[in-house]
Amino acid sequence: MTSDVAIRVVRLGKKYRIRHQHRERYVALRDVLSDGVRDLFRRTRKYRRPMIEDFWALEDVSFEVKRGEVAGVIGRNGAGKSTLLKLLSRITEPSTGRIELTGRVASMLEVGTGFHPELTGRENIFLNGAILGMRHAEIKRRFDEIVAFSEVEDFLDTPVKRFSSGMYVRLAFAVAAHLHTEILIIDEVLAVGDAEFQRKCLGRMSEVARGGRTVLFVSHNMAAIRRLTQRCIVLDHGRVKLDAPPQEAIEYYLKESSDGIAEGCFIRAAPRPDDRPFYVERVTTRREMCGDPTARFDCDRPVFIAIDYSAGRPVGGLHGHLQLQRLDGTIVFDADSDDMGCNPFDGLTAGRGTIAIKVPERILGPATYQIYLSFYADFDAYGRIIDVPGVVGEFTLDDTSTRRGNRRNGFLSLRLPWQVNAQRP
Amino acid sequence: MSLNSENLSAPQPSPAATVTLVIEPGMTAKNYWRDLWHYRELIYFLAWRDTAVRYKQTGVGVAWALIRPALTMLVFVGFRRLIGFPPGSVPEPILVFAAVLPWQFFSSALSESASSLIGNANLIAKIYFPRLLIPLAAVATTVIDFAITLALLLALMLWYRFLPGWQIAALPIFLLLAFGLSLGLGLLFAALNVEYRDFRYIVPFMVQFGLFVSPIAFSTADVPGQWRALYALNPMVGIIDGFRWSLLGGRARLDPQSVTISVAVTAAALMLGLWYFRRMEHGFADRI
Repeated sequence: MTSDVAIRVVRLGKKYRIRHQHRERYVALRDVLSDGVRDLFRRTRKYRRPMIEDFWALEDVSFEVKRGEVAGVIGRNGAGKSTLLKLLSRITEPSTGRIELTGRVASMLEVGTGFHPELTGRENIFLNGAILGMRHAEIKRRFDEIVAFSEVEDFLDTPVKRFSSGMYVRLAFAVAAHLHTEILIIDEVLAVGDAEFQRKCLGRMSEVARGGRTVLFVSHNMAAIRRLTQRCIVLDHGRVKLDAPPQEAIEYYLKESSDGIAEGCFIRAAPRPDDRPFYVERVTTRREMCGDPTARFDCDRPVFIAIDYSAGRPVGGLHGHLQLQRLDGTIVFDADSDDMGCNPFDGLTAGRGTIAIKVPERILGPATYQIYLSFYADFDAYGRIIDVPGVVGEFTLDDTSTRRGNRRNGFLSLRLPWQVNAQRP
Repeated sequence: MSLNSENLSAPQPSPAATVTLVIEPGMTAKNYWRDLWHYRELIYFLAWRDTAVRYKQTGVGVAWALIRPALTMLVFVGFRRLIGFPPGSVPEPILVFAAVLPWQFFSSALSESASSLIGNANLIAKIYFPRLLIPLAAVATTVIDFAITLALLLALMLWYRFLPGWQIAALPIFLLLAFGLSLGLGLLFAALNVEYRDFRYIVPFMVQFGLFVSPIAFSTADVPGQWRALYALNPMVGIIDGFRWSLLGGRARLDPQSVTISVAVTAAALMLGLWYFRRMEHGFADRI
């Protein structure tokens, strides 16, 4: 009896109880006891504040994913994506409904969970593999493959606490990417690492997908969703809003998202983590600095990239790196924040602000470009990572004022004067 | 013969024969025990991680597993001298050490397993595997320390030219008993710890208290006869007596009654711990 459905979700719901009265994250026995004692002495209970409230993180969610299909899940923060993934990967139990999974499941909800900083790269491969459900023999068999993919051969016997964050993420992704299961559930793992590595991850994932495995992929990276998935589910307030081909789903999502996400606007998923001294919150592309965000531009007009950040404590030698790349992965150019001589981040004070970058008109050719962004410390593009938002947007340039227009080949749209000096007869 | 030989020689290719896993509320996966078996290697890896990390982080490394029991033993021997216990046929260091060995194992296994879920909160929140593995691995980690301490005791016996008898063959049984008791209580307290963080303070207190009410500095024979039955209600009494009996070659008395009580309490603790742990387990990821 074989069915072609790999994941079947039927009227799934997850309820969380929110405690209002406790400020702590956990219940202490003393509170339970003292509440009990208080109740003993209190005849009427009408003074009691409502302590517990039910919150449905997911409600009545149903969908199916066929074997070998790559399905995407998109939605704003709090739409229920993470809860859905947690239910599918059995980390937590549903409150209502039913999930049927046909085949072995592996989930990557976070890269590097279970990595121990004191252990070496080699030791962590084995530990992490075991945590993800691989057998010792299986890890041994794939060991060389994992190491080759992660590109950390030379540091295998170094404790991972001495790894750069890039190396750490590469190793962690490599282990997870070599799990051989029929169903793969992936959360936002592509948002990490440098552009080169993101490309490699994407490549690996489409390889996985082509290999006939079922993939459920959650991401805020619309470009990745568009390229990888065949179908996309839009979640909003714990419910399925749309289940459609990716293009349609993305358009719907960008249009319907209530906090103003539109074309040309990238909003960072999570609020700034407390330990992050500098954090990019929003990236928009505009025709003018004070105009509306858009993703469609004309070759004859400049493109303004506006980066809204929030800064905490100062970072020594904060250094920004911007990269434009084409959709096939070709890097068009690298730009650094100190290209003009002085570093604009010197004397950056705590608070919010906007960085504006102008890409001049008539240089880039008509094409779609991706913006990749990263911030490092110590004036070093390979130094300590401060914040790597990764691919933060996409924009398209049209050449409308020349006769060749969008059929222009190559990378540039420079208009060169042709001066004809006719020889005198 | 109607037996189809083709079916026998060529079983179905496996990829198609995948199992369907059903996840429903209230149904903590039916194939829990099969999963536990599938993930059995993880016990080893977690235990290995904790051991490796400990020995990498602490400068003294392995010596740590030796210093603690050795000092405990010295203090208790000094205490015996001070009180003026009559020396028996067994050298006092060996007599005391034979009890420090199981006590040390039990107390660290219990404290480690009770705090193990909290210590691995990030794993629990991000990855599925049978949660039972975590406390199990914590107890398994302590077995490694036990082996090191046991080696120290054997060295001590060699020094005193003290030869254990055939009874030493029973040592694994008593170790198993101590393993079961600490695992049972450890499961219970680990799950309680997720729910009520107070147990962080309760468990160390219990362990400290247990050190004084267990026959470590003295032997059960020193307890007045009329109190002995009551005393044996402490499940560690039977276990420690069992360790002494098997290590000291029968020169310590073994009371079948206290061993029976230990076995009964261990079984009860294991059942209670397992029941409560399994009951709370599905909510760990939401509460931790």
